[in-house]
Amino acid sequence: MGRLLLIVTALLFLAVFLLLPLLAVFAQALAKGFGAYYLAISAPMAWAAVRLTLLVAAIAVPLNLVFGVAAAWAIAKFNFRGKSALITLIDLPFAVSPVIAGMIFILVFGTHGWFGGYLRAHHIRVVFAVPGIVLATIFVTFPFIARELIPVMQTQGKDDEETALSLGATGWQTFWRVTLPNIRWGLLYGVLLCNARAMGEFGAVSVVSGHIRGVTNTMPLHVEILYNEYNYTAAFAVASLLALLALLTLAGKSILEWRQPELRHAARVPRDRTRRANT
Amino acid sequence: MATTASVALKGRKTPGVLPGFGLTLGYTMVYLSLLVLIPLSAVFIRSLSGGWGHFWEVVTAPRVLASLRLSFGASLIAALINVLFGLIVSWVLVRYTFPFKRFIDAMVDLPFALPTAVAGIALTALYAPNGWLGAWLKPLGINVAFTPVGIVVALTFIGLPFVVRTLQPVLEELDKEVEQAAASLGASPLQAFCRVIFPALWPALLTGFALAFARAIGEYGSVIFIAGNMPMKSEIAPLLIVSKLEQYDYAGATAIAVVMLVLSFALMFGINALQNWASSRHGER
Amino acid sequence: MASALLLYAFGCGGTAPAATVKLLNVSYDPTREFYEEYNRAFAAYWKTKSGDTVIINQSHGGSGKQARSVIDGLEADVVTLALAYDIDALSKQGGLIPPDWQKRLPNNSTPYTSTIVFLVRKGNPKNIRDWGDLVRPGVQVITSSPKTSGGARWNYLAAWAWALKQPGGSDATAEAFVKKLYHNVPVLDSGARGATVTFVERGIGDVLLAWENEAYLALKELGPNKFDIVAPSISILAEPPVSVVDQNVDEHGTRKVAEEYLKYLYSPQGQQIAAKHFYRPRDASVAAGYSGQFQSIPLLLTVDEVFGGWTKAQATHFADHGTFDRIYGR
Repeated sequence: MGRLLLIVTALLFLAVFLLLPLLAVFAQALAKGFGAYYLAISAPMAWAAVRLTLLVAAIAVPLNLVFGVAAAWAIAKFNFRGKSALITLIDLPFAVSPVIAGMIFILVFGTHGWFGGYLRAHHIRVVFAVPGIVLATIFVTFPFIARELIPVMQTQGKDDEETALSLGATGWQTFWRVTLPNIRWGLLYGVLLCNARAMGEFGAVSVVSGHIRGVTNTMPLHVEILYNEYNYTAAFAVASLLALLALLTLAGKSILEWRQPELRHAARVPRDRTRRANT
Repeated sequence: MATTASVALKGRKTPGVLPGFGLTLGYTMVYLSLLVLIPLSAVFIRSLSGGWGHFWEVVTAPRVLASLRLSFGASLIAALINVLFGLIVSWVLVRYTFPFKRFIDAMVDLPFALPTAVAGIALTALYAPNGWLGAWLKPLGINVAFTPVGIVVALTFIGLPFVVRTLQPVLEELDKEVEQAAASLGASPLQAFCRVIFPALWPALLTGFALAFARAIGEYGSVIFIAGNMPMKSEIAPLLIVSKLEQYDYAGATAIAVVMLVLSFALMFGINALQNWASSRHGER
Repeated sequence: MASALLLYAFGCGGTAPAATVKLLNVSYDPTREFYEEYNRAFAAYWKTKSGDTVIINQSHGGSGKQARSVIDGLEADVVTLALAYDIDALSKQGGLIPPDWQKRLPNNSTPYTSTIVFLVRKGNPKNIRDWGDLVRPGVQVITSSPKTSGGARWNYLAAWAWALKQPGGSDATAEAFVKKLYHNVPVLDSGARGATVTFVERGIGDVLLAWENEAYLALKELGPNKFDIVAPSISILAEPPVSVVDQNVDEHGTRKVAEEYLKYLYSPQGQQIAAKHFYRPRDASVAAGYSGQFQSIPLLLTVDEVFGGWTKAQATHFADHGTFDRIYGR
């Protein structure tokens, strides 16, 4: 009896808070039928937004990937002073409100910012153009991949790499043939999360974008624009594309977690698992 | 053959025999500085451009204080709601089986994956007076959209996965035998919970709470559609920052940003310290 | 004969090959639909006149916010904002425009005007006829925040102006009136369009204080059977101005096209499109053709005559510690 009550409470909570909003998106998107839905997602402005979103993610995710791997390598395979400080610094973007994340780049690259004069003189556009959007996106998704990789690499320890080196492999060979295969599921996991956030970022991009239709509007911004044009069906239609992306991300996540169960809890338990791993 | 080598190497405190330390650490520091640390410092520097007096004046203005109270207050309530229901949900997911459990388990991460703007318009559509839930709540006198209640709802959505995902591994590893022993010694389920299970859980609960809280404080996209934006009543701090930016008041916008950043960073350091402390406790078992 | 024709045909396009010019028009919130149509018309006109293709990119948002973006580096070729004060900021704070910009085009650089009206639910169940009704208990008023929205500032000043004109009206009574008014506001959006969305789509409030063109547009787009427009006895003559952004057009080399773009707003075709989108055109003959469209408002006051100009109005009411802040108990 108590058991049933708990299950029902849990399911009800999840239904109201998770399921209903998701259903609302699709219900509103299809409110005027499939014809209107298709029209909305094939409109030129919508396509421009999709292309921009994909472009931004295609730049931000790989850059953060390289960083994540480098940082995880340094942190997991070596001991040095200030390591935990470094880990905390990497986490900083998580604690920054998206609005502030956008604002800092205006402060640095805007006309009245630090580099404003220089950029202006050389006709380089950063904020209110695509580079600014990319920068803001990199900032907000900064820790994702590193955070997933660090515990994974810490758990795996240095043994495999040291063995390879002692057998005569070079550093790079060790990395490509030993480390990467070991961390590939964690890597994919991190990329998946990083990508989902990169494509869905709203607040930070909203501040730096300039909202130039067809040019600097990502999908989330485009959703807001359609919403403000009384075009709710179209807004929810584009939003449904993002929701589908979210569902795909969740599916991918589940598959990866099934493959490597440690991933599930990698980022959410204390970071210093080397002690456990080495016992 | 791997074991002898690794046993020999474990005792070393120096960086180690693996190559790439300089390269990776160097790259990490440069990337981190260029993209995170230096831009962030711009906020602090700009906020003081009008002097300490102006900074203090801005930050203690009633409207600013009200927005900070709202942002932190609503985040606190939302995090508490998530603690309560997160506990129930993770308990149910770990301990019981029922149809579609795997699907529901995967769905818990939806707030992680769903763009905030999409969540924002969806929640507003749901809770507006003519929405699915709003229409139902209105005759009961409960207004959700455009009130602080709506903000709490949006922040609850955002923080939902944090508590659940932090609790699940701990619950999974909880030794059932201890519980069974308690039961066989005559403890009621409630007693068993209070004295056996809860003590093991609460570090993770606290961590989950802190994570949900931290996430909610700076949230913008999902709240901005459902909040009423009334100064002094339902205006969240990030919106106030944007407002000030739009009035060319950079000193004001950055001042509020600094306050938010300092409080969020303090929270984050607290969380990390908590996690380290919890792991050391856990390690001793 | 044939070769002569061919030569003529090839030579007809001018000695230079047809160029493509890009313009960025940074505008305020409610002009989205208007500029969509206007840009098409201007592109066609420019193609015939000069042979060049012009592509006009639009950006929309709260007027103050847009001005800020331009100052920070959004490279607008033209700005078409809600009030002169916002364009003045481009001059004073951005140095992008000369201070006498407003004299460069006719009618204070305002090709069309608008005003503030009330949008109410069909049948006007709360019987809202004039500004005084807005402060009745139980009436919920929707407007946007004057701190960010140009339209909201027009609303605020219109309300103030009405209170001033009442018997015994003074700044004190006006402030009291506006204070009571804002206490009847449950939701404060950051832009005029946001407020309209709240009122129309989310069903909040009894009356929306709106730009006249916004009100008519909402009526047309979202259901003539759902709303009515009530014209108050006194309102403000809203003059949303336009200007070329000198520093940007000189850098981009688009000055000529940009200036023509704005001049075309004053042409009969431009005025027709404006009127179609519920703006009150300056051109008397076009206005005559659309006279039945607009409700007449007995008294339309300007910011200059009541408030001594925008700079003074902004400083008194909307700047920090101004009347709006006082009303909200800051």
